[in-house]
Amino acid sequence: MSKPQNAPGDVRSKGLVDYLNDENVRAVLYQVVAIGLIVLAGWYLVSNTLYNLEQQNISTGYGFLDLEASFEISETMIDYSAQSDYATALMVGLLNTVKVSLLGIILCTIIGTIFGVARLSSNWIVRKLATVYVETFRNIPVLLQLFFWYALIPSAFPHPRDALEPLPGVLLTSRGMYLPVPEPDNAYTLMTIAAVIACVVIYFVRKWAKKRQDATGQPFPMLLAGIGIFVGLVLAAYLAGGAPTDMSMPALKGFNIQGGYNISPEFMAVLIGLTVYTSTYVAEVVRSGIQAVPNGQWEAADSLGIRRSIALRKVILPQSMRVAIPPLTNQYLNLTKNSSLAVAVGYPDLVSVSNTTMNQTGQAIEAISIFMSIYLGLSLLTSLFMNWFNKKMALVER
Amino acid sequence: MKIQTILAAGAMTVAAVAAQNAQAGAVLDGIKAKGFVQCGVNTGLPGFSAANAEGKWEGIDVDVCRAAAAAVFGDANAVQYTPLTAAQRFTALQSGEIDILSRNTTATTTRDAKLGLTFVGINYYDGQGFLIPKALGVSSATELDGATVCVEPGTTTELNLADYFRAKGMSFEPVVIENINEATAAFFSGRCDVYTTDASGLASIRTQMAENPADYVILPEIISKEPLGPVVAQGDEQWSDVVRWAFAAMVEAEEYGVTMENVDDMKANSTNPGIQRLLGVSPGMGEALGLDEAWAYNIVKQVGNYGESYEKNVTAKLGLERGLNALWTDGGLQYAWPVR
Ligand SMILES: N[C@@H](CCC(=O)N[C@@H](CS)C(=O)NCC(=O)O)C(=O)O
Repeated sequence: MSKPQNAPGDVRSKGLVDYLNDENVRAVLYQVVAIGLIVLAGWYLVSNTLYNLEQQNISTGYGFLDLEASFEISETMIDYSAQSDYATALMVGLLNTVKVSLLGIILCTIIGTIFGVARLSSNWIVRKLATVYVETFRNIPVLLQLFFWYALIPSAFPHPRDALEPLPGVLLTSRGMYLPVPEPDNAYTLMTIAAVIACVVIYFVRKWAKKRQDATGQPFPMLLAGIGIFVGLVLAAYLAGGAPTDMSMPALKGFNIQGGYNISPEFMAVLIGLTVYTSTYVAEVVRSGIQAVPNGQWEAADSLGIRRSIALRKVILPQSMRVAIPPLTNQYLNLTKNSSLAVAVGYPDLVSVSNTTMNQTGQAIEAISIFMSIYLGLSLLTSLFMNWFNKKMALVER
Repeated sequence: MKIQTILAAGAMTVAAVAAQNAQAGAVLDGIKAKGFVQCGVNTGLPGFSAANAEGKWEGIDVDVCRAAAAAVFGDANAVQYTPLTAAQRFTALQSGEIDILSRNTTATTTRDAKLGLTFVGINYYDGQGFLIPKALGVSSATELDGATVCVEPGTTTELNLADYFRAKGMSFEPVVIENINEATAAFFSGRCDVYTTDASGLASIRTQMAENPADYVILPEIISKEPLGPVVAQGDEQWSDVVRWAFAAMVEAEEYGVTMENVDDMKANSTNPGIQRLLGVSPGMGEALGLDEAWAYNIVKQVGNYGESYEKNVTAKLGLERGLNALWTDGGLQYAWPVR
């Protein structure tokens, strides 16, 4: 076309060909075609799958969710028995996944931070030990580590009949660890409420203290005050609830230890395995975060006469956090996703329960679609939370 | 970027079309074209299916696949094996990754009707039992209240277990591990008091995997019916017929006393019309199945009859007598549909 490009608004002379030559129109057209093709392909895959399943006489749909599950699950945080339905079984699995992932995230952050800081220690031995820890556990596949811990725990401890009792009421056996727990009582509900109230109070006191420090420069012993408020309120609730002292003590009865709280070898293997493995990555993230803070910051703190330990806590770590949060988020996501390996050592996580469900009902596609969307949901939630946290920690430019 | 998206979408469409075309072809045609039978077996259950020291698969379940290959190709070795855990097996069959699943699999309503599968025969009549260390001093399953039980997921075993304890008003703690090596290791290390599965599986675990088999006993109670047999996917009736009759031929050969050893002699000299039909001397059966007339002859010649397969695998390796699996003429349940 030798005609010059139409000026915008010049409607008269626009033919179809000109239209197609218009950059903007073309851009939209490409997008429409691309999206159309994707939708078509998606629709085709879905309908094709449904058609094939029907041809093979494989039943489809999510109706199986309210059928009786008929299998038992060893660790449940909610009421569950073989008479419950598949939906409840999957819920049990989900909660077990969340339990081990959350605990793992907390523990790996603490342990990782310690080793990350230790890798920069001026003490040669501490530095080397931390390096050995990180390099060892980071380079062994996490699945093997799970197998290792799972092989170790049952064989390292005696049969329940000869349980070790390192502390009164605490039993170590090949079936895991047993802890004494208080018998259920109303006082504990009261204490939970008191704990929540304490947290709210602490939040406001902290706000006030910060304001005062900003205004007058007077520091407030927040940590001490916080502990005081929390312990005080919870203790008061305990006393008000009648100070119950009944404990459920674990003791051998028949085949097994009965009573108390059981931490199973499967749970321990998964928690230790995931924590140790991920903590090595966290350590590296923390180390690089600290190293990303320019040395001048240390020197500046030094010249103000701030002690090194306080400088680390108040000057360096807050700045390194900004560098560390995005990669840290990745590690948390990895840990959550790696928790799906728990199935290999018999911990009843979401994948384990889904596998069983899919096998007993034959609804493979449905069961997989359920657990995939749940993992996606968990990952998105973690990301959202960490993004919010990242925003909060980000440098506020003044 | 946009071009890439379009290309990706196009590729997906092509893949989808290809998938549908594959579906339309019959399984048997596919098997003939590739030249072997893909057989899903256990990851390692001596007597049923396990790789021997030379890496060759052996067992009563393996022999069903070998019989099918002998029927189709005249060569019992035209089989490739896919070891599968209990939880993987049905998906492998549904997706067409394997042609037969011959892996101590119990025939049940759900599996037959809802999973799109067809059970073509029962090559081992079994029932679920309990294996327990002698040291625990337990002599009956009714004493198991409160026990920790090792069990594999995706099995009828874990369902029967829950049913049994519920019916008896007893409680138990399950330890559910998919891989048989991990699961038995957990049992032998004392993580569980009891291991439960099909009685044949228990015999296999006790005699082949325990350090000292005498330290373990199988409790007398059998808590379920476990008819184990080969399975194929629905959709190719010709193929399911081949497997059904390949297995039936093994049993019928035993009924007629036709063995690996005497099959040539029988073929040449037998005047029994039933044997003549089975071995293709009087033709018709092969044609009916779309196979060579020597199909059953090849099975018996290369794999043996049912009794020989049982003897070589189950009795020799696990020390289990024929029991329910004796021929019906000997008071057992093995009763072949007549090849005629
Ligand atoms: N017959 C039962 C149980 C079959 C089964 O998987 N048994 C276990 C225990 S003997 C097994 O063979 N495991 C071996 C493996 O996972 O490779 C069924 O069909 O559900």
